[in-house]
Amino acid sequence: MRRDYLVHGALLAALLVAHFLLPAYHHGVMARVMVLACFAIGYNVLFGYTGLLSLGHALFFAAGMYGAGMPMHLWGTGPGAAFAMGVLAATLVALVVGALALRTAGVAFMIVTLMFAQAGYLALLLASRWTGGDQGIVIAQAQRQLWSIDLSAEGPRYLAALVLFGVCLIASLALMRSRRGRVLIAIRENEERARLLGYDTFAMKLMAVTLSGTFAGVAGAGYGILFGYVGASFATVQYSIYPLLWVLLGGAGTILGPFLGTLFMYYLVDTASDLTSAYLLVVGVVLILLTLFAPGGIGGELRRRLWRAMP
Amino acid sequence: MEFGPHLMLAVLEGALQAAVLALMASGLSLVFGVMRVVNVAHGEFYMLGAVGAWGVTSFLGISPILGFAAALVVAPVLVGLLAAAVDVTVLKRLSYDPERTIVATIGLLYVLQQATLMTYGADARPVAEPFSARIALPWVEWKDGLQLFWPWGLYTTGYRLFVIAAAVAVLVGLGLVMKHTRLGLMMRATQADGEIAAAFGIPVERVYAMVFGLGAGLAALAGVLIVPITQAHYLMGGDALLMSFIVVIIGGLGSLGGTLVAAVLIGLSEGVISVFFSPTLAKILATLLVAFVLIFRPQGLFGKAAR
Amino acid sequence: MPKTPILRPEDTIHSPSRRAALRTLGAGGAAAATLPLWARYAGAQSAAPIRLGFEMHATGIGAAYGRWYERTSIAAVKAINAAGGINGREVVMVTEDDGTDPKRAAEVVEKFATQHKVDLAFGTLFSNVVMAAAPRAGELKMPYFVVSEGHHVASGKLNRWTVQPGITDVKSQVLAMAPFVAGNLGKKVTMIYPDYAFGYDHRDNFPPAMKAHGGEVIAQIAIPPTETSFTKYFAKIPRETEVIYHVLVGPAVLTFVKEMGEFFGPSRPEIFGFIDSIEAVDLNSPGLEFLEGTYFWEGNPRYAQKDQTAFDKAYRKAVGVDDNGASVADPKDVSTYAHMFGCWETLYIIKQGMEAAGYKDAGDRQKLIEAVEEIGKIPASDQHPQGDKVFNGKTHQVFGHQYVSKVAKGRLDVVHTSTIEDGMYPDEVDYTTQSF
Repeated sequence: MRRDYLVHGALLAALLVAHFLLPAYHHGVMARVMVLACFAIGYNVLFGYTGLLSLGHALFFAAGMYGAGMPMHLWGTGPGAAFAMGVLAATLVALVVGALALRTAGVAFMIVTLMFAQAGYLALLLASRWTGGDQGIVIAQAQRQLWSIDLSAEGPRYLAALVLFGVCLIASLALMRSRRGRVLIAIRENEERARLLGYDTFAMKLMAVTLSGTFAGVAGAGYGILFGYVGASFATVQYSIYPLLWVLLGGAGTILGPFLGTLFMYYLVDTASDLTSAYLLVVGVVLILLTLFAPGGIGGELRRRLWRAMP
Repeated sequence: MEFGPHLMLAVLEGALQAAVLALMASGLSLVFGVMRVVNVAHGEFYMLGAVGAWGVTSFLGISPILGFAAALVVAPVLVGLLAAAVDVTVLKRLSYDPERTIVATIGLLYVLQQATLMTYGADARPVAEPFSARIALPWVEWKDGLQLFWPWGLYTTGYRLFVIAAAVAVLVGLGLVMKHTRLGLMMRATQADGEIAAAFGIPVERVYAMVFGLGAGLAALAGVLIVPITQAHYLMGGDALLMSFIVVIIGGLGSLGGTLVAAVLIGLSEGVISVFFSPTLAKILATLLVAFVLIFRPQGLFGKAAR
Repeated sequence: MPKTPILRPEDTIHSPSRRAALRTLGAGGAAAATLPLWARYAGAQSAAPIRLGFEMHATGIGAAYGRWYERTSIAAVKAINAAGGINGREVVMVTEDDGTDPKRAAEVVEKFATQHKVDLAFGTLFSNVVMAAAPRAGELKMPYFVVSEGHHVASGKLNRWTVQPGITDVKSQVLAMAPFVAGNLGKKVTMIYPDYAFGYDHRDNFPPAMKAHGGEVIAQIAIPPTETSFTKYFAKIPRETEVIYHVLVGPAVLTFVKEMGEFFGPSRPEIFGFIDSIEAVDLNSPGLEFLEGTYFWEGNPRYAQKDQTAFDKAYRKAVGVDDNGASVADPKDVSTYAHMFGCWETLYIIKQGMEAAGYKDAGDRQKLIEAVEEIGKIPASDQHPQGDKVFNGKTHQVFGHQYVSKVAKGRLDVVHTSTIEDGMYPDEVDYTTQSF
């Protein structure tokens, strides 16, 4: 079975090996990339597989981040419980936003999600007494201890990121291999036909938004706890555009794509910022080139050239 | 400040905001109406107008009023040409697919913003007001009979009044062009149905390039007009984009008349709401309003049903 | 060229050639300055340069500060190297842009520690950036020298690795200003400040200080950081206000000050501002005429004063700033003179600390912090041109003089200099009890 599970398992194994081999800087970068890739995986469920383009995913990421960070900061909650609270918060927010936004489609869906995310960002600033406003919250090192493992130390942090990433990767693979996953793809291809076949497309789409938000919440909560900073800049439009970019670059509608896109983009921006302070220029150029010449991204090219049945 | 003068001041401020917003939003609305393209880079054209005004005035180095007059013409034209070039090289090749053009214009947003950062720099730079006159306004109060007094801060400036007048003139001009000229007819025909328009011999591709250029030019014009009041900065496009989005959606996507009504409404209420609430809360309410309008009344508050 | 022995790493401390080299070096800066760079540092314990990571606000809302912080730091590093470096080793500055963005700042700190392998990082200004990055520096056990004037260091929110030895904090500045405002300008004050951390230092500390001097803050108006038009906020100023206290940062400062002038027209109350509101802005910009006769806090006087010290003169020359506080190369390019001295002085504190600690490599970072904690009194000098200071090793915060200047004939003239004690307050933390 399951050449696909083997391939994805091999990636996880390679990342585990990398833990022992990577030089310090790249070790740290890879930990970040793995957490952010969970965000991209979530975005891919909605955009790549269901065909819904959201411009408001920063809201779900931030819900996870603040949902975990604020209890830790205000009440001293432990990281395990806080993580669960963050993920739950993101799931609930996604459920509500989805139930409202899915009454629209296409361009209107994009703008509605954008506006909800913007309102969320402004609300974080407004409630600065609790959220720390744009200054954010620092989660003390002493609080980031899970079963006496120091999550702020380089090693455990990398491994924790790997666990999060592994779970998200396999979960998204399993989802897309399941019957529900196939219905989502059917909705992307032709929603009308899926409805005529008797599927409740609204419910399925709502499930996709909620799951997508949950993945984003896992990433947000994980990022806050592992890197010790919770800030409103993660709720800005930019963080709604990043996952779109990562997924487009890596290949929408492929399981590996989100990770590849995140990894590639991180190094691209990092390299560019050594050369110019206008490093976001790279983001713009890549977006335009992708839409013009490679709408399939890296994953799309792989699928076309190497492995036609790539999930 | 007492309530009366405060409200009056808010209305004056709101009128200025509404004027600039109406110019910008009408450009966005025109592009969406004719081309069905949501131009996320619209705010950057506004920014380029402002930066262009700084460039023109400091390059010419002549008297503020002449330099500004030159900027008023040169900057929007250059930005319009740039936008037309973008239409031909990028948007056309995407066949104006609504979702892909959004992604491409997000890319364009970063390219324009960052290119400005690399060349113009990260500073806010001022452009001198072409003319400046502070006009204090009186208020009346009841104190042993009706009395006239001059409260602190109840004022406007000659330049602010000029901006409002200029915006009104341009918008009236735009309305006349749309209604009474061949060009306007071609645009309206393309808006109604691109394929049929093409069948009738209208050069649809040229119309698209022109419309995209015109829309960007309007944003740039708004940028030129505002820059003596606020200064040019490479990040100024973001908030302006959001506000014009709000206006266009409340007004009904693609409807010019609705856009204007919404601009006045939003511009004025922004000023007035912030009298009672914190400005951040005012912005939250505005963004939520947009979301709910789109969800429950997609034709906009003032638009007619069925797109 | 004089014959200077070149040391290989394997040379031991006891090698005679090494002693000779040290003696050569001790012969003085004059001799050293004539040597080529490689030879000048060759005598030190290690020929490898000391690497300092400069975290720069090159883009984003802190850009104007970033540019001048960089120029000042480059000038200071140049001056330090010309005088023989630190412990006889060349100093190299590695610059990274953090975009004035808290999230990127934490990554930059990481990049400094693990990729650039710097000895320490310095230079951050904006409070939100410091708040996000300092904990990361603490985790990486890398000394983090901030030049931010935020109260976050002395408040105890940060960690033992973070110090602010080059510039006073807002709390201290505000405390030192209250007696002047209450005594000279008026008792009823309306405050206008940015709606984030930096503004909160003003919001929280000024009212009690004013009260202690018989004054009163009657209204507080917070302005969101991205705001571009301000008249609607000015409308909230109560009519009985005697003094406006304003402070704002970011690209919209000129608009802010201009609209304030338009708002009041000919009949304004007394106006006292923190220079931040017009930092990097030409005082003679159109629309700022109304500032004539108003007062500003200055960390360091922008315009060269009649009683200018030789230290200030030398410092201006080194950085390339003229007597009006603008760039020598471009008189329109106004510096952030009131703040940027902090970078210069911080670099000299780093030098002093490293030399006292006998700093060799990253293994001595803890010794460096301990040495800086011991610094105490800092006399005015070429290294500390802003004036004498006292460093509080427990709170990791420096205390110094503050200046009040009045706008007269389009320039700023100092009318009041506070004492160091004016800005003192009880310790809120003792970092020396924290472990590394």
